[in-house]
Amino acid sequence: MKRMSIVEALREGIRAEMRRDERVFCIGEDIAIPGGWGGAFTVTLGLEKDFPDRMLNTPIAEAASFGVACGAAMMGMHPIADVQYSDFLMCAFDQVANNIAKLRYMSGGKLKMPLTMRAPVGVTGRGSQHAQNMETFFMPLPGIKLVCPATAYDALGLLRSAVRCEDPVMIFEHKLLYGSKGARQESGTVDASSEIPDEDYTVPFGKGIVRREGRDVTVIAALLMMHRSLQAAGALAKEGISVEVIDPRSLVPFDWNIVRTSLAKTGRVVIVEESPKRGGIGAEMGATIAEDMAGLLRAPIKRVAAPNTPAPFSPPMEKFYVPQVERIIEGIRETMKYGKGHHG
Amino acid sequence: MAEKKYSNEFLLGLYRKMVLIRHFEERVKFLFLEGIMPGTIHQCQGQEATAVGLCAALNDDDVITSTHRPHGHCIAKGLPVNDMMAELFGKTTGCCKGKGGSMHMGDISRGIVPAIAIVGGGIPVATGCALAFKMRKERRVAVCFMGDGATNEGVFHESLTMGAIWKLPVIYAIENNLYGASTPVKMVNMVKHLSEKANTYAMPGLTIDGNDPLAVYEAAKTAVGSAREGEGPSLLELVTYRITGHSRRDPALYQPAEEKKAAKANEPIGRFAKYLLAEKAAEQSELDRIAGEVDAEIEEAVKLAMAAPLPKPEDALEDLFVEGV
Repeated sequence: MKRMSIVEALREGIRAEMRRDERVFCIGEDIAIPGGWGGAFTVTLGLEKDFPDRMLNTPIAEAASFGVACGAAMMGMHPIADVQYSDFLMCAFDQVANNIAKLRYMSGGKLKMPLTMRAPVGVTGRGSQHAQNMETFFMPLPGIKLVCPATAYDALGLLRSAVRCEDPVMIFEHKLLYGSKGARQESGTVDASSEIPDEDYTVPFGKGIVRREGRDVTVIAALLMMHRSLQAAGALAKEGISVEVIDPRSLVPFDWNIVRTSLAKTGRVVIVEESPKRGGIGAEMGATIAEDMAGLLRAPIKRVAAPNTPAPFSPPMEKFYVPQVERIIEGIRETMKYGKGHHG
Repeated sequence: MAEKKYSNEFLLGLYRKMVLIRHFEERVKFLFLEGIMPGTIHQCQGQEATAVGLCAALNDDDVITSTHRPHGHCIAKGLPVNDMMAELFGKTTGCCKGKGGSMHMGDISRGIVPAIAIVGGGIPVATGCALAFKMRKERRVAVCFMGDGATNEGVFHESLTMGAIWKLPVIYAIENNLYGASTPVKMVNMVKHLSEKANTYAMPGLTIDGNDPLAVYEAAKTAVGSAREGEGPSLLELVTYRITGHSRRDPALYQPAEEKKAAKANEPIGRFAKYLLAEKAAEQSELDRIAGEVDAEIEEAVKLAMAAPLPKPEDALEDLFVEGV
């Protein structure tokens, strides 16, 4: 048992997977330059010392980087491809959406695409183009599994599942949860470290987790928003409002059962996300709940999200843009106006 | 008497494949215009020598990527026409079980990545196949077929940069048919020869008569050989001409009449037949026999494809992931 940040858990996880399986290699920008940073947030720092031939520093060329990873995966390697900021996936979108996501399907299931992709997300004082939570762009794209670890335990368990699986998986990692140190440390960091067991555990895809049990209202939130929702739940407990917080951990596949079970108890739901509200992951969750679980609801579905603008730079505007604990509390209170008392 | 450079068997093998591609495309065009075949098609009549000449230099375990115009590449690399015809009819016996169709024709077990129909989209994928071969120290190569239009895509530059800096065993094969859809190559390029673009990546770049299967074969053999020896990628510009429309029902009015006439006289199958007869590699009767055999093979493929079962509608839900849905 050892306490690790997400960055440390991912780094040790990648190191162990590369030791275990020769097919695994890393490909990305600035990931393994001696004297460099080990990727934008230090995840791969120093790995080139252990694996000089399997840490591939690319030119600044995201489309080819992901296309090359796609070709290598198809030929039986297992690349771990990353971008410095998930926004840069836009440059690689043709390769990710048209090739990585579709080639197996187009082949009639004849080929495999064992490929892990890593993408840092979150609004972090960098303006509009190093800020997007790209989950929202991938949610409607069949062919890629999407995961979003909020703790170091889950980051390692989901990384292992991704590298050991024969399908493409995108891991969304939050810049404020990494726990990066030194020059790459982020201000406003939230502690997402975990006690990491010694045994070789995995976290399965499509399995959410109840982070806090409650009776009155269900909050669904991933990544940084999950941590803020826990804070909101803690504050509301003092007023006698009992909030259940669900961390989905995977977006594709999604654990609808855990939501159903919780709604059967609470009858109210608040969905929190860092992206613009329009067409976001909360829209998908809300629509599915309305379609399949309306009978369990006694209050309208509530979404707490960013407004439909790009992320602004100036701190007061950024604070307004990203859901803060106060806004989550407000959203929960609003939902509590409906269907007095407890369920059943 | 000087020894012949190529055996008759080899030469007639090339000829047979070229005729198979031409007749396949003509038969498919007919089926399509009759309304029997679904979908859309991009055909390669006139471009047979590029695919056949290049694939003749490859081994079975080498890999190719193809484009929205893939039928010739697939036949040249060894995909049976039965599997292809069934795919065009959307049948379960097709090489992609009806999930690919014309534009995604391929079969990874034969070294053909399902064709990538986004212009330029296959360039990094072929480069990545080559990366896998190099990392595992296998003596395999990847060939990336692309059209002239692909050389103006950003991913062309990104991919050739990576192929070059890592010295990957990949051959970038440009089939320059003088038009990107309807746009003339000269209107959208400043270089005289597209092969000059290789200079940026310090790799060999050659412009070859793409209607001469032997010229293509020789250039490919050199490029494949140096790729296998670890000397890195090459860029081959194979100059050819599309003697049919860009896609279904395109009358190609943008191709000047004089140019079309000259292209017909220069089309690869007629030219190669003349060469074979002049070299006494075959009699006309033998060439006729090959054409007859090829037609019978295609008719058999049509018969089998038409008789094969259509997929169940809900088969659309299969084949997304290895594990789970």
